[in-house]
Amino acid sequence: MDTMLQSAPADALLTPIARRRPGKRANPVVRVLIYVLLIAAAAGVLLPFYWMVVSSLKTDNDVFTVPIKWLPHSVIWHNYLDIWRKSQMTTWLKNTLILSFVVTALQLFTGSFAAYGFAKVRFPGRDLLFIVYVGTIAVPWQSYMIPQFILMSHLHLSNSLWSIIALQAFGALGVFLMKQYYESIPEELSEAARIDGMSEYGIYRRIMLPLSAPALASLALLTFVNTWNDYLGPLIYLRSPNLRTIQLGLSTFISQYNAEYALIMTGSVLSVLPIAVIFLLGQRYFVEGIATTGLKG
Amino acid sequence: MATTIEAPARPTRPARRRRSRQVWRNTAVGWSFLLPNFIGFAVLTLAPVLVLFYLAFTDWNVFGVAKWTGLANFQRLIHDQSFWTALENTLYYTALHIPLTMGAALGLALLLNRKLRGVAFFRTVAFFPYITSIVAAAQVWNMLFSPQYGPVDAVLRVVGISHPPGWTVSTTWSMPAVILVGTWREMGYYMLIFLAGLQTIPAQLYEAARVDGANAWQRFRAVTVPSLRPTTFFVTVMLTIGSFKVFDLILLLTNGGPGQSTLVLSQYIYQTGFQENHFGYASAISVVLFVLCFVVTIVQFLVNKRRSV
Repeated sequence: MDTMLQSAPADALLTPIARRRPGKRANPVVRVLIYVLLIAAAAGVLLPFYWMVVSSLKTDNDVFTVPIKWLPHSVIWHNYLDIWRKSQMTTWLKNTLILSFVVTALQLFTGSFAAYGFAKVRFPGRDLLFIVYVGTIAVPWQSYMIPQFILMSHLHLSNSLWSIIALQAFGALGVFLMKQYYESIPEELSEAARIDGMSEYGIYRRIMLPLSAPALASLALLTFVNTWNDYLGPLIYLRSPNLRTIQLGLSTFISQYNAEYALIMTGSVLSVLPIAVIFLLGQRYFVEGIATTGLKG
Repeated sequence: MATTIEAPARPTRPARRRRSRQVWRNTAVGWSFLLPNFIGFAVLTLAPVLVLFYLAFTDWNVFGVAKWTGLANFQRLIHDQSFWTALENTLYYTALHIPLTMGAALGLALLLNRKLRGVAFFRTVAFFPYITSIVAAAQVWNMLFSPQYGPVDAVLRVVGISHPPGWTVSTTWSMPAVILVGTWREMGYYMLIFLAGLQTIPAQLYEAARVDGANAWQRFRAVTVPSLRPTTFFVTVMLTIGSFKVFDLILLLTNGGPGQSTLVLSQYIYQTGFQENHFGYASAISVVLFVLCFVVTIVQFLVNKRRSV
């Protein structure tokens, strides 16, 4: 995999491009053309979101009309009240929040802890084991979901929130992401701490964890969003209605009320909204996390 | 307690003994760091992968025990029409989804890798579909694609296409619809990776090409493409695996239908395993998916290695 090892700092993405490439400005015609292209692409990408929000503010009958109403006739806010009454939205949100927080906390701990072992402690067999870790990222979960399900059933974990926690909390991605970051921290720092008599655990806790805050933030956000959006895990493991997550709940709601288009869109907006807010607030960490996995993958 | 990692230079006998104790201690410390993650990883990922290769050779439904049947599952697979349909559809999805997503992602990255006002906004927009829930996204697209009243066909009619496709309710157009949504969702992710790759290319290379009189297209061919090779390779591998295992999108958008027009391998595994409870047979299909991903990844590695030499 060493052909992919590039050493660009991930946050190069966020520094203004003008500073790095002092080339001449594109001519005005080209600039206009680029803007036209970009605006068209953005409109195409955003159309589904626009439609989702607008439909959630319509009556069911107004969602599909000829010709299409791109603006609601009159804004119907009460969809956003009805949804709580007609669905178990509160239960779904509660389950999803529990899972997202627990999984994120566990992934941060086990991922960064293991990454320290891989990056800073030298012992025989370490590199081989790491290759096994990285290799499993290329193995599709769909190909081993059946034996995994059988195993979880034997451990009496299926049909409980624990199954999803177990499923998501030990991902190899976290180890990988944190290891890349630790390796960018100069060895002299930990060496100096060792000479001062600090144990490896102390170095991890007092030096590495505080220094790797940006990487931890990236990992936390990626894990949180993944767990929040996971549909397949809950679909397979969570059978009881009171265990449903927002994604599973929404999909059952859709099949149950398949003609209440406006309400379905209301539920969809509610399932996307928290993630949209988190994403907009923590965007730079998302970008850095993805750039790290991509560049150094 | 100083844990020096460098061994002493002169291998005197006590030093050697001290060194082996050192290795032992490092191993113990190293494993203590790995263990919390490794236990979960071994039980939930490694063990299932190993068990898979056993289950594939057994006949097992939920009740009873797994009975060793040798190659019976695979013989059945060869004559299973649904399996071939699923394999064919998976390859169909892969063959179109990879170039489309790669083209869109690279195109966007090239457009956004320049001095322009609003670049950050467009980057956010392009990435947004990737982090939205697949359930909501699939539902919206299903409504957008709706043949009689949906906005997509309405727009097509305005453009002058009097009989626009039926998308998710048509056997011919359901797969293109799924591919379109897949591309919409994932291009922003790969765009970010391409952007990161583009920004590792030193500006001097472009300057030198300009001095030599290369036009924009020649600079792209001679500087961008070769410098991006590691990134392109990574994107190709990830996109291939991602396409082979496509599942939740299809489950929510078309549920494999109409008919079997969008049935893919992952969904066929799910159906035989979790809905019909044929765990053994479903494992055999899983092995096919596993081997497919494995072989293609290895081949891509070999090709990439030969090219970069």
